[in-house]
Amino acid sequence: MEFSLWYLGLAAAFGLFMAWGIGANDVANAMATSVGSKALTIKQAILVAAVFEFAGAFLAGGQVTATIRNGIIDASAVENNPELLIFGMLAALLAAAVWLLLASRKGWPVSTTHSIVGAIVGFAVVGIGVDSVYWSKVGTIAASWVVSPMLSGFLAFFIFMSVQKLILSKKDPLKHARKYVPLYIFAVGFIMALVTMLKGLKHIGLDLTYLQSLMVAIVSGIATMSIGIIAIRRIKIDPRQQSDFRFANVEKIFGVLMVFTACGMAFAHGSNDVANAVGPVAAVVSIVKTGVVAQKSALATWILLLGAIGIVLGLATYGFKVIRTVGKNITELTPSRGFAAELAAATTVVIASGTGLPISTTHTLVGAVLGVGIARGIGAINLRVVRNIMLSWIITLPAGGILAVLFFFLLKGIFYSGPIV
Amino acid sequence: MSGSYFSAIFGQSPVRPLQEHMGKILACVSELTPFTKAVLEGDTGAMARHHKNIVNMENEADALKKQLRMRLPSTLFMPIDRRDVLEVLTMQDMVAGSARDVAGLITGRAMQIPEPLAKDYKKLIKRSIDACQQAYDSISELDELIETGFGKEERKRVGRLLMKLDVIEQDTDELQVCLRNELFKLENELHPVNVMFLYKIIDRTGNIGDRAQRVGSRLQLMLAR
Repeated sequence: MEFSLWYLGLAAAFGLFMAWGIGANDVANAMATSVGSKALTIKQAILVAAVFEFAGAFLAGGQVTATIRNGIIDASAVENNPELLIFGMLAALLAAAVWLLLASRKGWPVSTTHSIVGAIVGFAVVGIGVDSVYWSKVGTIAASWVVSPMLSGFLAFFIFMSVQKLILSKKDPLKHARKYVPLYIFAVGFIMALVTMLKGLKHIGLDLTYLQSLMVAIVSGIATMSIGIIAIRRIKIDPRQQSDFRFANVEKIFGVLMVFTACGMAFAHGSNDVANAVGPVAAVVSIVKTGVVAQKSALATWILLLGAIGIVLGLATYGFKVIRTVGKNITELTPSRGFAAELAAATTVVIASGTGLPISTTHTLVGAVLGVGIARGIGAINLRVVRNIMLSWIITLPAGGILAVLFFFLLKGIFYSGPIV
Repeated sequence: MSGSYFSAIFGQSPVRPLQEHMGKILACVSELTPFTKAVLEGDTGAMARHHKNIVNMENEADALKKQLRMRLPSTLFMPIDRRDVLEVLTMQDMVAGSARDVAGLITGRAMQIPEPLAKDYKKLIKRSIDACQQAYDSISELDELIETGFGKEERKRVGRLLMKLDVIEQDTDELQVCLRNELFKLENELHPVNVMFLYKIIDRTGNIGDRAQRVGSRLQLMLAR
């Protein structure tokens, strides 16, 4: 292809830009609950986010990347014109990134996932044809946007109910917290490891059977639990703090738990959202390399790495400010609730990541917060804001789509040399 | 501000403002102790001073009440019913209103409490403030109630506090009856208009305990949901 190097360069640049945007804005929502409930300081949150976003993106980001890359568009429609797909993917990336930048400037509740999916579908419909879209797959994705907040809401509801039953409504909640909190920590380590093992690690040379994965997950759960138990032992119980609010010391123990769920949340977010940046890059790279539109080919590890680095860069250059802002505004959430919301959301997101479904981490988290709220756990939830967030995709999908179409024709005008269709 | 939309889903819980309001009410009502002392000693300067304090604190509580009302849009989703919060707030507000009534009546007419009534009247004031303290303690449990998700142990605890509030309120009722009986015996020796107002003062003072108890009843309704 004539402009191969250009295409690769642009893909890498746009992908990095998009990943940067995700790290700068999106990560904040995943981390802010931990900062707001004071389970983590800003510095700790950034460290946790950097390490686990990277790990999630690199280890478990493959499935969703595959969906974004070749699960939405039927590439056989452009067999004779692979360049069209290149323009489209570049345009989609640029459109989603620009839209996100604009939206986060304005404080609009916009999801990266909705932007990129809207952008890809948009350019495909206008640039290639309505039939080039796998509508059933898009339907599944759209359905997952409705199901994922509901599922995480259900999970959060039951997790929080179990906390009430097992710990908070007991005569000596402190004793019961020491007893049961390690089990929740086990669940965090176990679930994250299991989903990752079952779906991910072929690209780093680990191919395990189901039973082996299960064993690794159990070991990982026990390892996390042991760290948790040590951390809980180190907590200083201060009886004087009890006078004003009798659960202050119990919340300290939940604070330990929330450090772990924060790690899980960052991991889950990385595993699902890195695809929004690197999926299109992967598509461009494989077309440029092979010259044809390959439906199935291995994902180059460096592309996932690019996305992971981009996210951490965004976090380091701008994201920490956003985390601080958002965290400061969440003052009503205590660790016993925050953890339930995070565990539910992280579990839902990693399951989606394992299944290859691109979902919105923020929506999932909002669903989880509502779930805790329905269990009478949260002082006040602003339903109007919840509704606005949940309905934001009605604007985001067409906005991403229209921008993508514009960029598509722009790129086509600059580079296209193939037959006129 | 970028990213701030997510934090906006967490509205401000009405619990702490509600507790602050009740704290202000308690402080206002407690001012009746030095006020009554001044009345019985005939120290008009101190009376005026404490009356002013009561009025000021009542106004401050009023401001807190309005603030909280403004902060409770109907789109808030809360573990306690919005209507219950507003009703508790109104009840709390009325407690301070009674305290102001009493101080206002006595100051306005430069009234004296007849010596035979003094002891029981002081007792009534003390028990009324006790009732407010008890109501305050119960309202202070609201954050613990929400923390436990209205857990069984915590409900029991609040239930005990409310039972004690009822007992205190009964005390104030009995003290009122005693005071009326004593006043009845004195009627012929006093100026009729003064007698009329003394009955009124006893009545208004009794209101304080009644209304404090009603704060508790609204809280009980929250538990029952």
